[in-house]
Amino acid sequence: MIELVDVSLQKNNKLILNSIHLRIHPREIHSILGMNGTGKSTLAYVIMGLPDYQVDHGKILWDGKDIKKLNIAERAKLGLTLAWQEPARFEGLTVREYLGLSKKGKNNLPIEECLRRVGLEPKDYLNREVDATLSGGERKRIELASVLAMQPRLAILDEPDSGIDSLSIDYIKDVIRTLVAGGSSVMLITHQEEVAAIADRATALCAGQVLRSGSPEEVTRFFHNHCRPCPHVNQPDQEVLLND
Amino acid sequence: MTDYTTEFELLARAYEASGGNLKDLQNKQYGLMLVSGNKLLGKNEIPGLSIASTSLADGIQTKITVKKNTIINNPIHLCFGVIPEEGVQRIMADFIIEDGARATFLAHCSFPNAVKVLHIMEGNVTVGKNALMEYSETHYHGAKGGVEVLPKMRIEVNRGGRYISTFRLIKGAAGVVNLDYAAALSEHASTEMYAKIYGKRKDDIQVKESIYLNGAGSKGLAKSRIVLSEEARAEVLGEVIGQGAYSRGHIDCMEIVQGKKALASAVPKLQVVDETAKLTHEAAIGSVDKRQIETLMARGLSEQEAVDVIVMGLLR
Repeated sequence: MIELVDVSLQKNNKLILNSIHLRIHPREIHSILGMNGTGKSTLAYVIMGLPDYQVDHGKILWDGKDIKKLNIAERAKLGLTLAWQEPARFEGLTVREYLGLSKKGKNNLPIEECLRRVGLEPKDYLNREVDATLSGGERKRIELASVLAMQPRLAILDEPDSGIDSLSIDYIKDVIRTLVAGGSSVMLITHQEEVAAIADRATALCAGQVLRSGSPEEVTRFFHNHCRPCPHVNQPDQEVLLND
Repeated sequence: MTDYTTEFELLARAYEASGGNLKDLQNKQYGLMLVSGNKLLGKNEIPGLSIASTSLADGIQTKITVKKNTIINNPIHLCFGVIPEEGVQRIMADFIIEDGARATFLAHCSFPNAVKVLHIMEGNVTVGKNALMEYSETHYHGAKGGVEVLPKMRIEVNRGGRYISTFRLIKGAAGVVNLDYAAALSEHASTEMYAKIYGKRKDDIQVKESIYLNGAGSKGLAKSRIVLSEEARAEVLGEVIGQGAYSRGHIDCMEIVQGKKALASAVPKLQVVDETAKLTHEAAIGSVDKRQIETLMARGLSEQEAVDVIVMGLLR
């Protein structure tokens, strides 16, 4: 469904993404693992088409067509969306309205149900504003609910588990499973091996390069053994790259 | 006796166009005053509410009183307007909310055909001990921008009282706006003052909100949200003076500039007189936040649709 072919991005004379090859299939949950600053969020922004993250080299193929020149909204209309790690807040916009902006299809889940799926009671939240009065965790759950309301073909979730209490991790996993059951693919950026384990495939990044792609067990083990204890993040050992 | 039926209908229609519900004006449970130019077209007093008024050459003088310990749950509607293209309307209003009383006023100011209209509001507000007054003023201007609006309110909030005001001018062109609100607060009194204005064309907007935290434990917030397009200009002057012990004040100003020739400025003034007072301010002036736009675009909205949603939320 989406395939990145030799994608590179340079910012401020620094190579942030370095010849990325990545393929995500329909209804696939694909985890992206990596330490801080290894290019995970940049990868998300590049796929979503953020203006400050236009690729220098390579192709982003969506159903075989290069979407590199499409803007964010055009990509969203194709069925891509992104949930930011730290979602924006909107003064004066209620949760009901915010979720309503996402819900386009008649067959999508009702927004009340989307809220319940992320553990928020609709009557307590629908009329609240998506503003600074929400806690960080509440805001992230609402972002997840809005992705659910949209039921995109590809949901890019940038660390949906960060800043969420551990008891709520199950909600995130359930939402991801609901998305897939509805026909979505999910690109899941996470630090948490427990969350990454629900994926069908996984990729580990370092220095904007793919270190490993494969089964979640294999990649998670690699990440646990090599990346977590690594004292030189973004300077991957040559032997690790050669083994890729 | 003069027949004001046509004028009433025109003003009522303008009120409806500004988002008001006509049934509210006909509901006898609601307090009401309806003024076109210098003519009192109608009023409705309810238990605990008295409305006295005198016609002036260029407007109306009124004294509105909510009696001691009266709690009025339904909003009291005040409809002001000038229907012709030209005219002056001066409203000299005294609001007295006696001790322990509570009331909400919805003032609707409609100038749908204005080419050259001057609207002056000179209000004196007294909020009694432990009383509450909410005052929301919404303007509906035509597209020509020929309105000069000069709202000036002097507010006194007594011990434990609370005053909340919202000035909203979003529909039509603002014209010239010179808003000047000043509130003096006694012990444990509080105020929240909101101004929400959408400036277009060559609108010239000045917002001055002053809060004098005179009493111990008093609290004040002045919050303004201004959006400017085309060649509109705005200046926001927020002033808080902390004289009371442990008084707390905050100024929050956000101005969004959309036009290349639009101009925004903000001048906060914080003055601590009592060493235990604490005053803060925040101001953000510039374009619409990029992350907000990108977020809404990622849900399928075009850039312009995203900006419209963000702006309308801010001004709500």
